[in-house]
Amino acid sequence: MTALETRVATTTADTLRLATAGSVDDGKSTLVGRLLHDSKSVLADQLESVTRHGTPDLALLTDGLRAEREQGITIDVAYRYFATPRRRFILADTPGHVQYTRNMVTGASTAELTVILVDARNGVVEQTRRHAAIAALLRVPHVVLAVNKMDLVGYAESVFAAIAEEFTAYATELGVPEVTAIPISALEGDNVVEPSAHMDWYGGPTVLEHLETVPVAHDLAHCQARLPVQYVIRPQSAEHPDYRGYAGQIAAGAFRVGESVTVLPSGRATRIAGIDLLGRSVDVAWTPQSVTLLLEDDIDISRGDLIVPSKDAPPTTQDIEATVCHVADEPLRVGHRVLLKHGTRTVKAIVKDIPSRLTLDDLSPHPHPGQLAANDIGRVKIRTAEPLPVDSYADSRRTGSFLLIDPADGTTLTAGMVGASCTAPEPVRNETTDDGWDL
Amino acid sequence: MTVLTPSPSGLTHSACALSHLDALESEAVHIFREVAGEFENPVILFSGGKDSIVMLHLALKAFTPAPVPFALLHVDTGHNFPEVLDFRDRTVEQHGLRLHVASVQDYIDRGVLKERPDGTRNPLQTLPLTEKIQAERFDAVFGGGRRDEEKARAKERVFSLRDEFSQWDPRRQRPELWNLYNGRHAPGEHVRVFPLSNWTELDVWQYIAREGIELPSIYFAHEREVFRRGGMWLTAGEWGGPKDGETVEKRLVRYRTVGDMSCTGAVDSDADTVEKVIAEIAASRLTERGATRADDKLSEAAMEDRKREGYF
Repeated sequence: MTALETRVATTTADTLRLATAGSVDDGKSTLVGRLLHDSKSVLADQLESVTRHGTPDLALLTDGLRAEREQGITIDVAYRYFATPRRRFILADTPGHVQYTRNMVTGASTAELTVILVDARNGVVEQTRRHAAIAALLRVPHVVLAVNKMDLVGYAESVFAAIAEEFTAYATELGVPEVTAIPISALEGDNVVEPSAHMDWYGGPTVLEHLETVPVAHDLAHCQARLPVQYVIRPQSAEHPDYRGYAGQIAAGAFRVGESVTVLPSGRATRIAGIDLLGRSVDVAWTPQSVTLLLEDDIDISRGDLIVPSKDAPPTTQDIEATVCHVADEPLRVGHRVLLKHGTRTVKAIVKDIPSRLTLDDLSPHPHPGQLAANDIGRVKIRTAEPLPVDSYADSRRTGSFLLIDPADGTTLTAGMVGASCTAPEPVRNETTDDGWDL
Repeated sequence: MTVLTPSPSGLTHSACALSHLDALESEAVHIFREVAGEFENPVILFSGGKDSIVMLHLALKAFTPAPVPFALLHVDTGHNFPEVLDFRDRTVEQHGLRLHVASVQDYIDRGVLKERPDGTRNPLQTLPLTEKIQAERFDAVFGGGRRDEEKARAKERVFSLRDEFSQWDPRRQRPELWNLYNGRHAPGEHVRVFPLSNWTELDVWQYIAREGIELPSIYFAHEREVFRRGGMWLTAGEWGGPKDGETVEKRLVRYRTVGDMSCTGAVDSDADTVEKVIAEIAASRLTERGATRADDKLSEAAMEDRKREGYF
């Protein structure tokens, strides 16, 4: 690990991808607008464009489509960019209503942190529980509970403490690994960027301080390396007559020159002869670097194959059990013939069974719903036409996830997360159903 | 400005993360390779502007030591900066690329398109672009659009499906999860692909500095004859300026964006190196489009409307 550790000393974590969940009523757009504004990421012409009667409406900064401005709601995921001297942020601003669950799932799929807003006057409501459930399902590593509108409850510590306690207990039960609760007023700016002058009783970080310091480094030691092959680079030129490189973005872990690797699904083994990092030769490379691997033996490898360390090869299977979020308008039914995209491989598949649909409030199961409609989250069993090397989503978000696609018109139907259970590693509820799976 | 911060748990847990430029570069390369793996006939929209130059640089790195497996497409408004056209031709020559040109002037000469009263040709680019995509059967079209540019662009996907009229329907976009891009499309449809989606203007310039990428000279401070129109400095020239009542003066300026001469404004600047440009942008209180693009000032939803019709 010496070479790797040397590189670690010179590379650092400086981008955080986060998602916000909450409706306009919770002040989500105001919070995002406040973060952008107070971190000086909103420029004069943007501020002028949302100023009405002399006061900027920060919520308008994030609602980009005509329909959103007309209806005063967020419909689609919007991406925002801001930076502080300590870190750079990519923020997926997602709508909160139940009919936009698919957009929340989309935003959470790449997020390392989710900010869930609640209105201090209302506390934890159905929508809050839904947001927590989605963060748990998508395995977002860090969750921030922003208790907003503290100014409207007299900045009372007891109000905040009760909400924070209720939410943390609930989220922990769902399997959320870490919750940070922060009392704020997005409208007044309390504890968003600057510490509040009204809440001496709160000694924790502001929202921005927390975003700047939460650890985002990938823990390579506990990740098995995975490289989905995207493209075979063969110049066949006078200068490079025999070059044959396997290009891809490392989905998990690290690869080293000399390491024994296996190519799946064929199972053929060889060693890494070299690693090209966009034109530069390196000894070691790690996720999420885009690299080109050169192998010692000339074996048949093409797009869709997965290169893994021989000692950590996942099993291949044609039967996949997963938790899915249905994102298309047309429902998903048992017997549906689909395409399944996993990594860089797309194969034919059939939906064998939909054992349950989950109530988003608490992820409790409703057995045998027959179909999943738009925004439904449920459990499915899928049979694929070819064996796939899938990981559990709990182990690897990149190689444990897949899409179901309509073969007729290419619509993205369903987002899937491989695994026998959908949330906490241990059963946390007693209401286990006859289907033989637990929560 | 982003600076590096030490990762407290880094060494003990063998953890590491990429610098933000490395992460953006890796993501863009992944997108280029996905398109190369899944599409038959992709093309890179290349205007000679900084974003398209960075796109081409990333594509070159993605497939090295093999050549870029895509052609270039330029929509020539007929009002392009000569420095930029010269740069375009040298770039094509240097990398042995194939260049397609869709000409707005051709459409005007044939009477298919009419010159607008305000003289701006930016909105006229959509038809030649769409018809070239159809005629050449391009199935993936890389654009340099960035989500930070404009609020309608902030809602854009990395892979954005267009119908046979190149139309964008923001309410029917495919959800885009993890890094699993869905490029399936019917015959006649194509996919617009935006590898720089997550880059900001500052990222682009920091990357240009880090990689030592050459740009057309108009991006750096130079003396130019300009006149004031609509709150912007437009370059004087045959394209239609100045009109009566507009006076030409010589100023030290540079361009933050490069588009059609009729609607791209210069900014007062003495930034004559990449480093000075980065310092200038970091301190700027205006967005690049707000400062330099007349076409976005037409209405609050000007970009959304043009994108729906098939614009870049």
